[in-house]
Amino acid sequence: MYGFEALTFNIHGGYLEAIVRGHRSGLLTASDYNNLCQCETLDDIKMHLSATEYGPHLQNEPSPLHTTTIVEKCTLKLVEDYKHMLCQATEPLSTFLEYITYGHMIDNVVLIVTGTLHERDVQELLEKCHPLGMFDSIATLAVAQNMRELYRLVLVDTPLAPYFSECITSEDLDDMNIEIMRNTLYKAYLEDFYRFCQKLGGATAEIMSDLLAFEADRRAVNITINSIGTELTRDDRKKLYSNFGLLYPYGHEELAVCEDIDQVRGVLEKYPPYQAIFAKLSYGESQMLDKAFYEEEVKRLCLAFEQQFHYAVFFAYIRLREQEIRNLMWISECVAQNQKSRVHDSVVFIF
Amino acid sequence: MSASTAMSVGASSSWSKAMLHISPYTFSAVGIAIAIGVSVLGAAWGIYITGSSLIGAAIKAPRITSKNLISVIFCEAVAIYGVIVAIILQTKLESVTASNIYAAESLRAGYAIFASGIIVGFANLVCGLCVGIIGSSCALSDAQNSSLFVKILVIEIFGSALGLFGVIVGIIMSAQATWPSNN
Repeated sequence: MYGFEALTFNIHGGYLEAIVRGHRSGLLTASDYNNLCQCETLDDIKMHLSATEYGPHLQNEPSPLHTTTIVEKCTLKLVEDYKHMLCQATEPLSTFLEYITYGHMIDNVVLIVTGTLHERDVQELLEKCHPLGMFDSIATLAVAQNMRELYRLVLVDTPLAPYFSECITSEDLDDMNIEIMRNTLYKAYLEDFYRFCQKLGGATAEIMSDLLAFEADRRAVNITINSIGTELTRDDRKKLYSNFGLLYPYGHEELAVCEDIDQVRGVLEKYPPYQAIFAKLSYGESQMLDKAFYEEEVKRLCLAFEQQFHYAVFFAYIRLREQEIRNLMWISECVAQNQKSRVHDSVVFIF
Repeated sequence: MSASTAMSVGASSSWSKAMLHISPYTFSAVGIAIAIGVSVLGAAWGIYITGSSLIGAAIKAPRITSKNLISVIFCEAVAIYGVIVAIILQTKLESVTASNIYAAESLRAGYAIFASGIIVGFANLVCGLCVGIIGSSCALSDAQNSSLFVKILVIEIFGSALGLFGVIVGIIMSAQATWPSNN
């Protein structure tokens, strides 16, 4: 019953919630980012990060650092935190934590299939996969020729199996179909996650509904913008939108017929929460849209910590860490390529 | 009046007659049990709510452990109130002669002890819950920002006053428990 979670949540979730809130206090602040943005070389970045929670992970790296090394080690910290929480969790928290990683699994599957299509080596692709989304038979993906084989050989044993029912065709895998497959899988995953959170009820359902609805709407806008000018038909585009969220169903009807960015802006300005996002961009501009969406997402994720006794704090923490790793990657790339003037183009401050 | 005469008097049995023939000692004993049992339930509930958050938060911020034990102590106080009232109540029990068991004054004494037990038990139950939940939030906030501890402690003090109210009223009620004298 909503409102009385405080009485029983701590039996199974109290310890882990306290741990995740402790991790949240270790996220980088604006002053940390300011220090990092002033660095001249990657070694300076490593020195600044050694004072933060990333210290133990980076200290053993030899001196000619690459940006990918920094990002990899920071991701390792996230994976360690996640695995520690997962092994301590009981149902339904453990299922909830596993749901958070299915998005990465989908990305890894698409990465390997695309890489195989372009004749890359499987080992090289496996190293690029996100560690949170690894599963056992992932290397076998390189063998599959079309989607039916993909499903039958590998994916039927993974948690992604139920998301494939809308996706199985006998068509061969090419770039367009792979993107459609990625978006169809992600749509099924988001809807499943949403249903799961609704079943949990209480504060978890309310806060996760808001966060997942924003995610669904953001993906709808990105799909629309990315498919303008391609051969994706309107009906196909509409099939890729999730069936929940603020834009469902009327916003989706309008987005499906959009042919350029200003029409998209026109659709979204009817919805007050998204009007604020588009107000930051001037007409015809779409590069800053990603950053605007990230900023809005970070704001909502931070708000999830305001309430106690629910599971959305775990989701929020993992997403905030991922945003932080994206920030670190951007800063490292700018420093490595000597483009420090562009550093503030894409860094989203969390606190 | 024994049960058999009661049944032969009225054609239909009435619940009020049945109630009046429950021994006042039953009511007293149940009241004492509730006083201690439900108070301890409240204290234990509060302690586990606070304790689990405190343990998790102390991993990243070890300095909070000693101060936040106050929350656990406030919950424990609730159990102590229950013990004290149960001891006081059991000293109020006296034997009366068989003819006096269902006299009006005996019934009154029995009901007074029962009511006192329920008052104390349930007041302490909700007090323990309240202090426990606030203590959990207090530990988590203290771990992030140490200036918040004293402010949240004030809220906890108000919460623990609820148990005290229950104890005061319970003791006043138990003073009503005078059994008829045996002469």
